[in-house]
Amino acid sequence: MKKKLVRKLVMQLVAFVVIFIVLTLLMNTGVINTFWAGILLLCGINVTLAVSLNLATGYLGQLTLGHAGFMAVGAYVSALCSIYLNLPFALTLILGALSAGLVGLLIGIPILRLKGDYLCIITLAFNEIIRVIIVNLKITNGAKGLIGTPNDTTFAWVFWLMALTIFVVYSIVNSRHGRAIIAIREDDTASELSGINNVYYKILAFAISALFAGLAGGLYSHYIGVLVPKYFDYNKSVEILVMVVLGGMGNLPGSIIAALVLTILPSLLMSFSQYRMLVYAIVLIAAMLLKHSDAGIALRAKLPKFHRKNKEVTE
Amino acid sequence: MDFINQVINGLSTGSMYALVAIGYTMVYGIGKMINFAHGEIIMVSAYVALICMSTYHLPVVVSVLISIAVTALLGVVTEKVAYKPLRGKGSLEVLITAIGVSYLLQNIFLLAFTSSGRTFPQIMPSGSIKAGGLSISYITIITLVISFICTGILLFFINKTKLGKAMLAVSEDQGAASLMGINVNNTISLAFAIGSGLGAVAGTIYGCKFSLINPYIGQMLGIKAFIAAVLGGIGSIPGAMVGGLMIGVAESLTIAYISSDFSDAVVFGILILILIIKPAGLFGKNVREKV
Repeated sequence: MKKKLVRKLVMQLVAFVVIFIVLTLLMNTGVINTFWAGILLLCGINVTLAVSLNLATGYLGQLTLGHAGFMAVGAYVSALCSIYLNLPFALTLILGALSAGLVGLLIGIPILRLKGDYLCIITLAFNEIIRVIIVNLKITNGAKGLIGTPNDTTFAWVFWLMALTIFVVYSIVNSRHGRAIIAIREDDTASELSGINNVYYKILAFAISALFAGLAGGLYSHYIGVLVPKYFDYNKSVEILVMVVLGGMGNLPGSIIAALVLTILPSLLMSFSQYRMLVYAIVLIAAMLLKHSDAGIALRAKLPKFHRKNKEVTE
Repeated sequence: MDFINQVINGLSTGSMYALVAIGYTMVYGIGKMINFAHGEIIMVSAYVALICMSTYHLPVVVSVLISIAVTALLGVVTEKVAYKPLRGKGSLEVLITAIGVSYLLQNIFLLAFTSSGRTFPQIMPSGSIKAGGLSISYITIITLVISFICTGILLFFINKTKLGKAMLAVSEDQGAASLMGINVNNTISLAFAIGSGLGAVAGTIYGCKFSLINPYIGQMLGIKAFIAAVLGGIGSIPGAMVGGLMIGVAESLTIAYISSDFSDAVVFGILILILIIKPAGLFGKNVREKV
C-alpha cells in the first residue's frame, strides 16, 4: 500500500515537472502571451484554494463558508510583512500561511463542536468579522486598499506552491490520518467509537485547510498590487465552494479541473462575467439535485471513472 | 433619554428581524433545514410590492397582499423544486442547494433591476410623536404593532387550529405524524408558505424604513434574522421574536455608541458567543443525540 502511494507521488512529481517545463517554455517563446500568463497565475491560486477547501468540505464533510477569510489573513499578513518589515518573499508567504493556519486553529477549537448548518453560518460570521477588522484597521488602509506590495509572485512560485498543496492534501487523504478524516465525514459517532479522536482530526484538517488558504492569499497579495478587503467577502467563499462542489466533494482531480474551468471561462468570455454568479448558482443547485436523482445516477454510471477508490454509494 | 430612543429604534428594527426569523424557525422546526434563500425571498417580496405600487399604481393594501401571495408561492415552489428531492439525503446537500437558490434569486434580480437601488414609495405617515425627551417616529410604532399582531395570529394558528397542530406534530416526528394521517408534504409546504408570507410583511417594512431597496438587501437581512432565530433557540417562535428584538437593540446601540462600522461584527459576535456557550439558544430544547 505504502509503496503504491510513494509510486503515485513520484509520478505526480514527474507530471508536475513536465507540465511546468512545457508551460515555461511556451511562456518564454511567447506562445502564451502575458494575458494568458496572468490567467494561468490566477488558475494556480484558485486551484490551491479549491484543493485546500476540499480537505475541509469534501473529505472532512464540514461545510465552511469562511475560506476567503483565511485567504485574507494570509494575504494581509504577508503583504504587511513585505511592506513594513522588508522580509524576503518566501518568508512572508510562510508567515502569512502560518498566521492563517493559527487563526484557523483558534477558530476551529471552539466551533468544530458544531456541525452542518451551524458550522456553515459561524464560519461565514468569522469571515465577515475578519473582513470588518481589516476594514477598520489603520495599518491595512481600510476599505481604500493596501498598496505598495511588491509584485514578487511569479508563475514558478504559484505553480510549485500549488503542487505542494496538492501533494500535501493528497498525501494526507491517502494516509491513516486521511482515512480517519473520511471516517468522520461518513459517520462521526461510529468513528469516535472506533477510537478516532474526532476533535483532533477535525481541527487538524480545518487548520491545514486554512493554512493553504493563507498561502494562496499571500501569493494573491503579491500579484494583485492593490489589496482591497471587499475581495475577501462571502461571495469569494462561495466561489471557492462552487469549485469544490463542481469538481466533486472529496475528489482532488475534480477540484483542480473545476478551478481551472471556473477561472478560464470567465476570463475568456467577457460578456459572460455578467452571468457568472447566476451560472454558479445553477451549478450548485444542479450538482446537488443530480447527485441524488435517478437520472443523475444513471448518467454517472455511463461516464468513465476517473478514480477507482471512491465508488458510488447507493442510498 | 437618547438611550431609550435608541432602544425603541432597536426594538422596531428588531421586530422586523423577528418576522424574518420566524420564517427560518418554522422551516427549521418542520423541514429540519436552514432555508438560506429566505433573505432573498424577502428581497423579492419588496420588489413585488414596489412594482405593484409604483408601476401599476395599486393601493397599498392590495400591493402588500399581492406581495404576500407571490412570496408565499415562491417559497412553496422553491421547496418543491429544490429542497424536496433532497429531503433525508443529508444536510450538506440541502444546505448547498439553499445557498444556490439564494444566489439564483439574487442574480436574477440583479440582471432584471441592476444593482442600483430603487426608491420605495413612502406609504407610512412620516413624522414622530414627541413626549418629554423621547421622539418616536410613526414608522417605528407601526412596525412594532404590525409585527406583534402577525406573531400573535401565528401563535394562535399554530396552537389552536387543526392545521397548526399538524405542523407541531410534523416538527415533533415526521414518521409518526404521517402514520396519524397528516399529509407531511402539504404541512411542510404550508410552513414554507407562512414563513415566506411573513417575510413579505417584513420586506414591505424594510422598504418603508430604509426607503431604498436593491437586490443585495436580502443577504444581510437574512443572515441577521437567522442569527436572531439561533439566539432565541431555533424552532421556537417566541424565541425568534425575542431573539429578533435583542439583535435589533444590540445593533442600534452599537451604531449609536460605538460605530456603525462594527454593527455587523457585533451581531456576528453575538452568534459566536451563543453558539459556543448555549448552542440550543435561549428558548431551545437541548436535544440529546441518539445513536
